[in-house]
Amino acid sequence: MELSDSVVDYLRQVAGLPDLSGTRYELEREIGRGGVGVVYAARDQHLNRRVALKVFDFPMPQEAQLIARLEHPAIVPIYEAGTLPDGRSFYAMKLVRGTRLDHYLARSPYLAERLRVIGRVAEAIAFAHSRGVIHRDLKPQNVMVGEFGEVYVMDWGVDAVAGTPAFRAPEAKLDHRSDIYALGILLRFVLPKPQPAALRAIALKAMMPDAGKRYQTVNEFLADIERFQEGLAVEAWTEPLWHRMRRFGSRNGVLLWLFGAYATVKFLLFFLRHV
Amino acid sequence: MNKIFVGLVFGLVLGAIDGATAWFTPEARPLIGGILVGSSIKGMIVGLFSGWFAVKVHSIKWGIAVGAGLGLLFALLVALMQKNHYLEIMLPGFVLGGVIGFLTQRLGTPAVPQAIRPEAGRERM
Repeated sequence: MELSDSVVDYLRQVAGLPDLSGTRYELEREIGRGGVGVVYAARDQHLNRRVALKVFDFPMPQEAQLIARLEHPAIVPIYEAGTLPDGRSFYAMKLVRGTRLDHYLARSPYLAERLRVIGRVAEAIAFAHSRGVIHRDLKPQNVMVGEFGEVYVMDWGVDAVAGTPAFRAPEAKLDHRSDIYALGILLRFVLPKPQPAALRAIALKAMMPDAGKRYQTVNEFLADIERFQEGLAVEAWTEPLWHRMRRFGSRNGVLLWLFGAYATVKFLLFFLRHV
Repeated sequence: MNKIFVGLVFGLVLGAIDGATAWFTPEARPLIGGILVGSSIKGMIVGLFSGWFAVKVHSIKWGIAVGAGLGLLFALLVALMQKNHYLEIMLPGFVLGGVIGFLTQRLGTPAVPQAIRPEAGRERM
């Protein structure tokens, strides 16, 4: 019996799908494909809810189990992990409804909103670092902004992942400072044009080729962004005098107006008395 | 430093500076000591009430308005005692009250929050 090309294509496609028989999940569709596996949308039939299933092409790495223990508002919770009848390992996680960061930026959000997203991402990374986990593949495509503004850092890296070249730190052996490098690129990516000089300096410090010259922790990186948001001088940039004065003026505008009003009143009274 | 203390300190300093400007008016120079003391006390009273208001209400706009109102009120009382120089006393007092009101809103720590009950920290299913 001869098979038509379309049938052969279909069989090829079906053969690649995970075998979910005997599990509580019903496959819906493929939603993403990465270096180590494929992510599918599926339905949990026991709880009648949609989930995302990440199916690995190889036995589940130990680090994936470590990631499953990360409980943070910006890290997608993992519901269950196991092995499929076809031998492949998987984990089920929350199906995030939202927009990828690169698509979200196309809506031209305000700078404060862009920094809020970066802040949430950095907090999640800092939390993971405190638990000994590094992301390894931080990029806009791995950050989701939910429909209510919630931010999720997706696709936590495993040892097999080498990272995306444009976001990968130059050092051969990746450590937590490699994530700080990626955070710097991510910050520069989200900044609108023209980029504020202080924020550009923060991004450049995080992206230093020498890991020793970067921020040594994500919290240091976050603290510098917060200083910018509060109108304070950032550590990454020695600002010129005119910039310092302008920052002081914008931070203390009301006070300067009040003192200006007082000086004007005093001058006018003095002037009127001597006319 | 709490807000009432901030009000007292800035009221004292700004009141003293305001009083010291009387030196530029030759006929007021002989009375400069009394003006300095009176202006400082007036500033401290405005600062005290502005600081108390800042503890109760967190609003820059209302802080300035209440400070300015208090400054005007106490400057009016001083001017009534002098029975003269109403404009010279009340106008700067009004603006300076606004400055003190602003500073009490911006600086100083608010009131200490009530202690959190131990039950609040327990996990719930």
